[in-house]
Amino acid sequence: MGKKVLIADDEPNIVVSLEFLMKQKGYVVKVANTGEDALNAVAEFGPDLILLDVMMPRMSGYDLCQKVRENPAWQRIKIIMLSAKGRDVEVNKGMAVGADAYVTKPFSTKELLAKVHEMLGE
Amino acid sequence: MRDRIRFSLALAGAWGFVMAVVAAAVLLVGADMSERERALVAPMLQERAASAILIAVLLIVPLALVLQALFRRHVQAARQLDEDARIMLTANPSHRAPPRGSAEIRRLAERFNGFADAHELLKQDVEKRVREANARIEQERNRLAALMSELVQSVIMCNSEGRILLYNARAMQLLRKPLDGASAAGKAHSLVGLGRSVFAIFDRNLIIHALESIHDRLRQGARSPVSNFVTTAPAGQLVRVQLAPVFGSASEAAPEGAPDAITGFVLILDNITRRIESGNRRDLLLQTLTQGTRASLASVRAAVETIASFPDMGKEAQNKFIGIIGEEAQRLSAKLDQTVGEFADSLRTEWPLEDMRGADLIAAARRRIESRLALPTKLESVDESIWLKVDSYSLMQAVTYLAGRLREEFGIREIRFGLESAGQLAHLDLIWTGAPLGSETTMAWQTDSMEAGGEACPLTLKEIIERHNAEIWYQIHKPSQREYFRIAIPVTRPEETTWSAPGAAESRPEFYDFDLFHQPGQTPELDNRPLAALNYTVFDTETTGLKPSEGDEIVSIGAVRIVNGRLLEHEVFEQLVDPGRDMSAEASKITGIETSMLENQPTIDKVLPAFRQFCEDTVLVAHNAAFDMRFLRLKEEATGVAFTQPVLDTLLMSAVLHPNLDAHRLEAIAARMGVNPIGRHTALGDAIMTGEVFLRMIPLLAEQGIRTLGEARAASQKTYFARIEY
Repeated sequence: MGKKVLIADDEPNIVVSLEFLMKQKGYVVKVANTGEDALNAVAEFGPDLILLDVMMPRMSGYDLCQKVRENPAWQRIKIIMLSAKGRDVEVNKGMAVGADAYVTKPFSTKELLAKVHEMLGE
Repeated sequence: MRDRIRFSLALAGAWGFVMAVVAAAVLLVGADMSERERALVAPMLQERAASAILIAVLLIVPLALVLQALFRRHVQAARQLDEDARIMLTANPSHRAPPRGSAEIRRLAERFNGFADAHELLKQDVEKRVREANARIEQERNRLAALMSELVQSVIMCNSEGRILLYNARAMQLLRKPLDGASAAGKAHSLVGLGRSVFAIFDRNLIIHALESIHDRLRQGARSPVSNFVTTAPAGQLVRVQLAPVFGSASEAAPEGAPDAITGFVLILDNITRRIESGNRRDLLLQTLTQGTRASLASVRAAVETIASFPDMGKEAQNKFIGIIGEEAQRLSAKLDQTVGEFADSLRTEWPLEDMRGADLIAAARRRIESRLALPTKLESVDESIWLKVDSYSLMQAVTYLAGRLREEFGIREIRFGLESAGQLAHLDLIWTGAPLGSETTMAWQTDSMEAGGEACPLTLKEIIERHNAEIWYQIHKPSQREYFRIAIPVTRPEETTWSAPGAAESRPEFYDFDLFHQPGQTPELDNRPLAALNYTVFDTETTGLKPSEGDEIVSIGAVRIVNGRLLEHEVFEQLVDPGRDMSAEASKITGIETSMLENQPTIDKVLPAFRQFCEDTVLVAHNAAFDMRFLRLKEEATGVAFTQPVLDTLLMSAVLHPNLDAHRLEAIAARMGVNPIGRHTALGDAIMTGEVFLRMIPLLAEQGIRTLGEARAASQKTYFARIEY
């Protein structure tokens, strides 16, 4: 069985492409549209990697990331932050709260896939 | 009372003297008689002893009448002449002593009047010259006033205690505060006035902080440092303030290298409300444009790349991706149209951030946390070379707020600071140990309203961080078990702003009350300050009737200020008040205020806060103050506005000055003091008249050795009238 990828983003159009691409690469994919759904999905679905959008309603990607890092059982989960916020301070904060990579939108899907691949040690 | 005792003693003495003379005469005649004559006379005298005693007692009446006439003609008349002479000499040179008492005292009064005529002539001559000199000064003053009125910015100059020495009309307009609920009538009171405290307008701590940062920069060798901050004016406008110090002449004599003494400061105010609003709108647009564009582009790019990577995907999947591309393209165009439409009139944001050394910011924050929160602080590694672009006051409030919550909610006993460089950013760390925070806590702290060390801030932590283009987060350093808030904030290179402050040059304009520079602080030692050096608010109220305890209410408050011995007739407070009840017919007759005039006026709970602001930091003066104060005190509970400053009463002081004169009504005193009664029975008219009377009383009081506020209050309390209560 392939590795599990959780896509947490509230923009349906990007989710469609990401979901399609990840499935094509043989990953098991789950989608969450809000921070809270994503947090539940982390517990239930047990992803190996999260593609995490920063700007989501109610709970931001930063907060979600911090919550995941607070739980010792979830330390192995890789987190790639996807964000339309591209200022230095935002990247700085994303990395500080525990993201493994910070990707600014728009991104190359090839590079994103390569990064996912690399992080999952494949 | 003393007079009565003296009179009684004199009467007893006179009577005793007459009795002694009669007794002596009887004894002498008795001694001259032979034994037989005495035996004959003695029984006769014994039989008439009762009549003799009666005559002796009745003798008191004519003696008293004679003595009283003498007392009036000689003692009383002399005293009245003394009081008249004092009035002529000090308060009213046109006053003349009426002929009273004995012929000698009448002649003396004529002499006095003669001297007074000569004195008045001399005085008129001096006054003429003073007027001429004043006219020249006035001309200079008008030139300066014209210059100030042309300035686009509002200017306020204060002494080191924050008392206003100078301001221009724009400052007065900008710093008006509307009365709550009276906005329809357009009623507003300016908070600016000579001698008034600038702290009634701006937060005291904000100005102290700005002055401290100027002191710091002076110590570091800056020549003309200024400090910038943004704050809200009383009516809610956003004001950008530039504070520049005014140095005293004493600094010339100071040893070289010593910091100049700051004797005051100039505030240059700029209303930036609209600029900030449009700036914020622009920021928002720019943010939605960039972030929205990036998001749409990401969707388009991902869809295109997906189709390209998997050309043999099914028709249905392909159509789905093409649909996404079309939809996102439309979204993008709509966003661009909207931005172009709205962006055109938006200007540049000017939230002024000033350059500050990071280490100085931390030093200031440590002082503040230690003094306000009594929480010890320490430094970890601090990179001294880092300069930040900050609104230092709000950022310090933010740091103090975090420290305050850490102490209150987690019992933190020490805070440490760190500052290190990270490329274009600096990391400002607030470090502690032993109290891990949950992410809910840190999230809530960012959006809660801030209060620390007894101070509230209108912004949230999140807003302050956003204003600095910064980010804040909470982290734990596992190996050392240290926790910290890290503020990532852009670094800058220092740039010295200069502003040539008016120094102690000779050309200092003779305009308004620069003497206030030398005025000592308003401290609990107020009582020891000379009357002539205090600032006063003279006020009067008109009411629906004379019985506050039976429901009579204030219908009008009028007040005027006295600063440095001058009555400032343009700095007045005049406000009608809706009493919530009808005026009585008598009250309407006296005051000329009809019930209909009070409709749509603000109620007392709206007027009293504005009035209190008007009289902040001054001594209150009123004629028959007990009456007016009673009305104000009865409203204390309902309005939450208390008038706690010292109060002087011209009625009591008149009784102190002229205990031998009966009339202490305001009109009578005014006539004695040569004050024209204008506008009587309006609150403002009476307040102005009381103020003029009060000014003329100050030298008369000084003659009696009553020079300070404490002495005036003590003397007032002793007078009989102090016992009147309403």
